Amino acid sequence: MTAETLLASLQLSIPELILAVGAMALLMIGVFAGEKSTSTVTGLAVALLIIAGLWLVLKTGEGEAYGGAFLSDPFAKFMKVLALIGSITAMVMTVGHARSSQIDRFEFPVLLVLATLGMLLMISANDLMSLYLSLELQSLALYVVAAINRDSIRSTEAGLKYFVLGALSSGMLLYGMSLVYGFTGHTGFDEIAAALTSTGTPSLGLIFGLVFILAGLAFKISAVPFHMWTPDVYEGAPTPVTAFFAAAPKVAAMAIFVRIVINAFEPVVVQWQQIVVFISIASMLLGAFAAIGQKNIKRLMAYSSIGHMGYALVGLAAGSMAGVRGVLLYMLIYMVMTLGTFACILAMRRKDGENVESVDDLAGLSQTNPFMATVLTVLMFSLAGIPPMAGFFGKYFVFMAAIEAHLYALAIIGVLASVVGAYYYLRVIKVMWFDDAKGEFARTAGELRLVFGLSGLFVLGYVLIGGPLGEAAEVAARTFF
Amino acid sequence: MTDWPVLSAVTFMPLVGVLLLLLTREDSAYGRRNILNVSLLTTLFTFAVSVYIWYQFDSSNPGFQMTEKHGWLGTGISYHLGVDGISVLFVVLSAFLMPFCVLASWFSVEKRLKEYMIAFLILETFMIGVFVSLDIVLFYVFFEAGLIPMFIIIGVWGGKDRVYASYKFFLYTLLGSVLMLLAIMAMYWQAGTTDITELLAYNFPREMQTWLWLAFFASFAVKMPMWPVHTWLPDAHVQAPTAGSVILAGILLKLGGYGFLRFSLPMFPLASDYFAPFVFTLSVIAIVYTSLVALMQTDIKKLIAYSSVAHMGYVTMGIFAANTQGVQGAIFQMLSHGIVSGALFLCVGVVYDRLHTREISAYGGLVNNMPKYAVAFMVFTMANVGLPGTSGFVGEVLTLVGAFRANTWVAFFATSGVILSAAYALWLYRRVVFGALEKESLKALLDLSGREKAILYPLVILTIFFGVYPAPVFDATAASVDLLVNNYTAALQAAQNVALSVQ
Repeated sequence: MTAETLLASLQLSIPELILAVGAMALLMIGVFAGEKSTSTVTGLAVALLIIAGLWLVLKTGEGEAYGGAFLSDPFAKFMKVLALIGSITAMVMTVGHARSSQIDRFEFPVLLVLATLGMLLMISANDLMSLYLSLELQSLALYVVAAINRDSIRSTEAGLKYFVLGALSSGMLLYGMSLVYGFTGHTGFDEIAAALTSTGTPSLGLIFGLVFILAGLAFKISAVPFHMWTPDVYEGAPTPVTAFFAAAPKVAAMAIFVRIVINAFEPVVVQWQQIVVFISIASMLLGAFAAIGQKNIKRLMAYSSIGHMGYALVGLAAGSMAGVRGVLLYMLIYMVMTLGTFACILAMRRKDGENVESVDDLAGLSQTNPFMATVLTVLMFSLAGIPPMAGFFGKYFVFMAAIEAHLYALAIIGVLASVVGAYYYLRVIKVMWFDDAKGEFARTAGELRLVFGLSGLFVLGYVLIGGPLGEAAEVAARTFF
Repeated sequence: MTDWPVLSAVTFMPLVGVLLLLLTREDSAYGRRNILNVSLLTTLFTFAVSVYIWYQFDSSNPGFQMTEKHGWLGTGISYHLGVDGISVLFVVLSAFLMPFCVLASWFSVEKRLKEYMIAFLILETFMIGVFVSLDIVLFYVFFEAGLIPMFIIIGVWGGKDRVYASYKFFLYTLLGSVLMLLAIMAMYWQAGTTDITELLAYNFPREMQTWLWLAFFASFAVKMPMWPVHTWLPDAHVQAPTAGSVILAGILLKLGGYGFLRFSLPMFPLASDYFAPFVFTLSVIAIVYTSLVALMQTDIKKLIAYSSVAHMGYVTMGIFAANTQGVQGAIFQMLSHGIVSGALFLCVGVVYDRLHTREISAYGGLVNNMPKYAVAFMVFTMANVGLPGTSGFVGEVLTLVGAFRANTWVAFFATSGVILSAAYALWLYRRVVFGALEKESLKALLDLSGREKAILYPLVILTIFFGVYPAPVFDATAASVDLLVNNYTAALQAAQNVALSVQ
């Protein structure tokens, strides 16, 4: 590698470099200034993410870097912006909650920055090696974050469970990668695709490798049957951490899922399509039925997110340009809805400072806090996919792609699952509107009101601003076609 | 022709009222008054604009008028509005019933009046939006969105079993609609557009029509509601507040019939012809069976709800008879039913506000101390029966004539429904209004107040007016209905010719 190519590579990855260098600097600040520096470090971390995001949008070009291991293209940019917005919002929401959730350590923002760095690298990964390394960087940071409240048994349990199952999935991913490498002789996505095209019918070993890779990635997006960690981790981890888990990492994992099947395994579309259709149907059904009995709203959101990953995969299963556009829009809308909902969940705090997490604690919210109740109602209808909320359009675009690809069974099961899913979203609305108030929540922190207010505005206003967003998604999706 | 977007104005005007309502406060008597005045004025303005649309409407033109078209969401979906003879009167009907809903809730809604009015105004926007949409996705958005305010209205201001009723309403109708959504997508990929005017001109292959027809039927049959998927309606009606029942019976039930007329019949003529016997069977069962069920009810609202299902049976029968009389009659029946059933629910609301019970057995002899009420109630009961001279007669007789031309046996069984409807309606009237005034609780009841007169008398006048002189309605609908029926027969004829030439 000559100095020139290295320089070009560095230029394409400046946002990532900002985060990497910045995270280390923040760690230094934290170590030397001690525990009292937490809020400073959090503020600086947010600033760092914003700078990286601005640089990404305004200054970063397109092209391959580091010998093809790293790719900067419109698709990567779109997903990176989403991941950054998710991380920034989640981090802002922790500000008021750091103390009560006992996550007020300076390591926390630093770990989140490192996890975000992992996500950005993962979205840009164009090689099995860079994929694995970035995935691990993200995951290791998240394992620690899940268990950050060391004194809480639930939090440590969540962290441990996440770690054990995550390590298992990493193992599967790595095994799959080794098989793919063995049977194609390459680790780069483009080279794998070229090798698969030239061989014609794929060998059994390669199919095995494909299955293991998809299994490992399905774990990261918490798709059935690799979803078991989700409800426990969502419930056990401190709520700000759960908010983080639910948004940005899902976006990043979905991005690499899309890239690997559409890019590297494009020639074996028949093989991966069955797998994606299966996990999509299973996720939608489990997400719809298992959530019905949940009383804890964080667990409910965990099953909801499993279901939503299923819907996003509907678009991917189509394997077309319309499908990828659908996935991109779905992830965008999903992320906004999730962040808004978690802002509401974070606002569920009694006057004595106790955080509550039961659905029933929302009783009568429409009378005690009409603004929050309205926003949460809008978000719930949106999650259920009722027009004119944004969630409907997300579902519309992915199912549209499925119909185009003649995946009728998938589409019919999907929409029927969405009716079942509507039941438990309605339950949240019912509790807020139809039941009598049991007690009031404490005054909502300004940053939370900002987050759920903006999220509600987005969900309602999608009918007005959907045009430009759809075009951006279209540009991003065209990367592959 | 107008050059300002009059259809957008009528659709979104209620939202302006919502914005104003957000500025009001409910905690004082003045606040309450403000909320009611703002809501009433908004609905009246909307009604005025809708009348203006009717006035501007060129009834000799069978196509779409006052159209507006803009790109939307950048994905082939367009924001395309317009009215033709089939839809224009439904816009007027929706806007017409809303002021009555506000007036009916003047005192009866005691808690959370502001949210109540906001929900109603949002609902009005969605309902009008359904009728003016000329893009099938836009139509679906409005069609489904109406569930949200209605769910809240039934659930918050409803009766004892409101939660069950609201869930049932929401999930039943949603289940029907999602299949229609998939059909819409399939139509997009087949025809390359979601624009209704272009879809109307497109010939879908016969095989595909069958599936699309079934998917649309799943949605509209639930909304209509047709037997056997009508069970959500009695629950929803009984639990909903008076104004909610009025809207439910007056307009939401018409969405299904409108859908059949706008999509099923013109877009899938071959499938409609193929399935017509099936629809006739369901319609006749609905007419006879639900009339019998209505006879057995002890709750006034439930009785009227079942009678609505029976009346909607005439509508589906008339639509799928697919001749001028049948379709004209179906449209007239829907409009008339919108006024009459709405008025009947308002009548129930009048006594419910006084006594807080809907049990038929709790009443009797009201004619003695509420003579004005008895007269108004009688007119609507007669219209419900289909007595000549009331608007109920015109629609019923036309749908029966239409059905007779299509299939005499269907007309034969459906006509027996007229007798049954007389049985349950008159029996209800006798038990509530006639007899001796014996019950202590009834003796102190006052006759109609000024507000209640203002609600019921205009409806009495309209019921009789359209019964004697239905021409204004037929003038507006004739051209579009002719076009619809001609296209339908032409499509069937063309298919037959193809089949013959193959042989």
